Amino acid sequence: MRGAKSATWVAGAIAVALTATACGGGGNDSDDNAAVNPDGTYTYYNVEPQNPIIPSNTNEVGGGYIVKNLFRGLVDFDEKSKLRLVAAESIDTTDNQTFKVKLKPGWKFHNGEAQTASSFVDAWNWAANAKNKQLNASWFEPIKGYDEVHPAEGDPKAEKLEGLKVTSDLEFTIELKKPVSTFKEQLFYDVFSPLPKAFYKDTKAFGEHPIGNGPYQQDGDWQHKVEFKTKKFADYKGDDKPKNGGVVFKFYNKDDAAYNDLVSDKLDIMYQVPNSMAGQYQNDLGKRAISQMFGGNTNISFPLYEAEWAKPEKVKVRQGLSMAIDRETIAKTALKGSKDAADGYTPKVVEGYQGGACGEFCKFDPAKAKELIKAGGGVPGNKITLTYNADGANKEWADAVCNDIRQNGGVECVTDPKPTFQQARADITERRMKSAFRMAWVQDFPNIQNFISAQYRTKAGANDMEFSDKAVDELMDKADASKTIEESNKLYAEAEKKIIQEQMPSIPLFFDHTLAGYSKKVQNVKFDSFRQAIWTDVEVKK
Amino acid sequence: MGRFVARRLLQMIPVFIGTTLLIFLMVYSLPGDPIKSLFGPKAADPATVARLRHEYGLDKSLLEQYWNYISGLFQGDFGQSFTGRPVADLMSEAFPVTIRLALLAFGFEVIVGIALGVLTGMRRGKFLDQFVLVLTLLVISVPVFVIGYVTQFLLGLKWKVITPTVQDSENLGQLMIPAIVLAALSLAYVIRLTRTTVGENLRADYIRTAVAKGLPRKRVVGVHLMRNSLIPVVTFLGTDLGLLMGGAIVTEGIFNIQGVGFTLFKAIQTSEGPTVVGIVTVLVLVYLLTSLLVDLLYAVLDPRIRYA
Repeated sequence: MRGAKSATWVAGAIAVALTATACGGGGNDSDDNAAVNPDGTYTYYNVEPQNPIIPSNTNEVGGGYIVKNLFRGLVDFDEKSKLRLVAAESIDTTDNQTFKVKLKPGWKFHNGEAQTASSFVDAWNWAANAKNKQLNASWFEPIKGYDEVHPAEGDPKAEKLEGLKVTSDLEFTIELKKPVSTFKEQLFYDVFSPLPKAFYKDTKAFGEHPIGNGPYQQDGDWQHKVEFKTKKFADYKGDDKPKNGGVVFKFYNKDDAAYNDLVSDKLDIMYQVPNSMAGQYQNDLGKRAISQMFGGNTNISFPLYEAEWAKPEKVKVRQGLSMAIDRETIAKTALKGSKDAADGYTPKVVEGYQGGACGEFCKFDPAKAKELIKAGGGVPGNKITLTYNADGANKEWADAVCNDIRQNGGVECVTDPKPTFQQARADITERRMKSAFRMAWVQDFPNIQNFISAQYRTKAGANDMEFSDKAVDELMDKADASKTIEESNKLYAEAEKKIIQEQMPSIPLFFDHTLAGYSKKVQNVKFDSFRQAIWTDVEVKK
Repeated sequence: MGRFVARRLLQMIPVFIGTTLLIFLMVYSLPGDPIKSLFGPKAADPATVARLRHEYGLDKSLLEQYWNYISGLFQGDFGQSFTGRPVADLMSEAFPVTIRLALLAFGFEVIVGIALGVLTGMRRGKFLDQFVLVLTLLVISVPVFVIGYVTQFLLGLKWKVITPTVQDSENLGQLMIPAIVLAALSLAYVIRLTRTTVGENLRADYIRTAVAKGLPRKRVVGVHLMRNSLIPVVTFLGTDLGLLMGGAIVTEGIFNIQGVGFTLFKAIQTSEGPTVVGIVTVLVLVYLLTSLLVDLLYAVLDPRIRYA
């Protein structure tokens, strides 16, 4: 969601000018051992949230990053993508279907209210109820009784989820419809946050003045489109107590403007610098520039609902196209290192990544590529049209990939940029694609399950290809029913390999990087696989 | 005069209804489903979609939706944006910022534009005239966003005279540079327009008469020359005020000013009917009122023009 894109080339021209003047800049200004002010606040790049701050209705980054700081759920992920308990003392299960949750005692909400088992159960019941129209309600789908509380049509037949039972002040049980091996991981979603009683009295007012149980609490009013201030919550009981005084989320319309603020220390942390600055930001920021892989990928997919593409021999064509793409070179040159060549769907930084899921089909080999395309009877319509949304950072790679397909695969290829993400999505979800289209995934949680199940299961919500393979579905069901996460990861990796090597409904292209930077005022800035700073660890210099 | 104003005000009613209906139809025909896109890349759950559609009245026919909107409008209700906030709130945040910026730019345009225009018009062919001509040519030929980015780069990043973006939209000092950037193009036109009419009128008979009568130069220029020369300039300035308010999106983006332009842009992107119609309606009213004001100003400037 960016503004006038015609402006980027000027930024580019200025970038050139900047390089000339910034030689030798960014040397010693990142002294990571400066004296720290534990009450100092820092500003964080964000966009105005689209919705009021209610965890079950926040599904975009603007509100999401604020929710992440105001609320703490049962579990979350550490820097290394490992699951850890937060508000929960234990979550026990023997069959991945019934979970016994025990909460840590003594936790409080920002208004002083104690956090109990009902804080969670009531919040979930409210959010799942169709009457309350929550955008994230479908996350409760695995829980028993969801279909009664949230029927596809008509009024709910029950007020509460049958699968949730409060057993004592700090304990409750969750029963699922069927075993889900990664349910514990899924509990990390914002939608599973607890809510205080104050919420139900006036949900509208709560959206403006949210009250959570997290390390930060709201400070003053939400200044719409300008900033959202938070301060350290003194009664926070979690292990990750803030090393700073608060995060101020500063809202920008254009990331170019934010970047200029970052360079002149008016903005402290930006988790993604503008694409036009990718080749430039390391010069501007020196040691304060960060390039790190996160849990997101970029692929191109095919409409398997089109008769031509559904033919079994077209697998060879897709694999041939894949081999015509020189991912390494594109990543290094056209993308200036802002993405890495992919060797599967699951990014390296995600738990469950095994490496080499794509095998030889992601290796660049023009001869074999042409051979495979020919063996598969060529591309339907003798032409690839690659659809993508032009309001994201897609033009560079889309052009390069198309170029490779043309040059190395011998197949005519044109790109079809749609002006906005929304328009591209409408065409994709209404199944109007005739040829290749961009399909990207940013993790909901850092586990292989999320990358495979959400997109490649039959009728999965984000399965834009209408890919369906019984054997793959069975493998995933088996993985979901497995006792340990290790076993599940292995089965999912097997499913991933099977999908790519036998069907290749989408061509794995890249693992995405976050290109981040921070100002001279802060230190100890680290990023996780969600490409967000470890907010509580940031230190503000005196 | 009174009848003229009354007639003009009455004319606003059909214009108002026409524009709102037109905008409503246009937003309605934008591609993409606004409710489904609230769900982002995830599949929208049909039960929630149906309920949200009902809440925002999108399940009704287009004319019914328009009727509900208009009748709400007459009760002072601008409707609700898809984010759950009243459109009136969105507008009351955005308009003050934009009005401040537009007025600053407008003031700059009027004062500097007319002053330079008169000066150069009276000294045609001299150094100042040539210099200003070249300068305005430069401004007219360079797009606003280039001026904006270059100003931001030089003043904000290189010389550090200003902060690169506006940190506090109530601080007029910080709004100064964005206002100048915003005004730059129109300023150039105002200068050129004033210069030309001043130059023409200088040779007019009535000026020669005034000078021959032995009137002081101050009076010749200040009253006789200016009043007649300003009519085309006022016309331009009148329409420009509306443009400054709605068309500041590029400047707003560069300097991160949270004004009307970007609010409107975002609302169009998300097909948010009530917000788009609300903002455009207010902008249309601003246009109508300024053009009325311009017409009234004609009578003040030129006594020969009378309205019945």
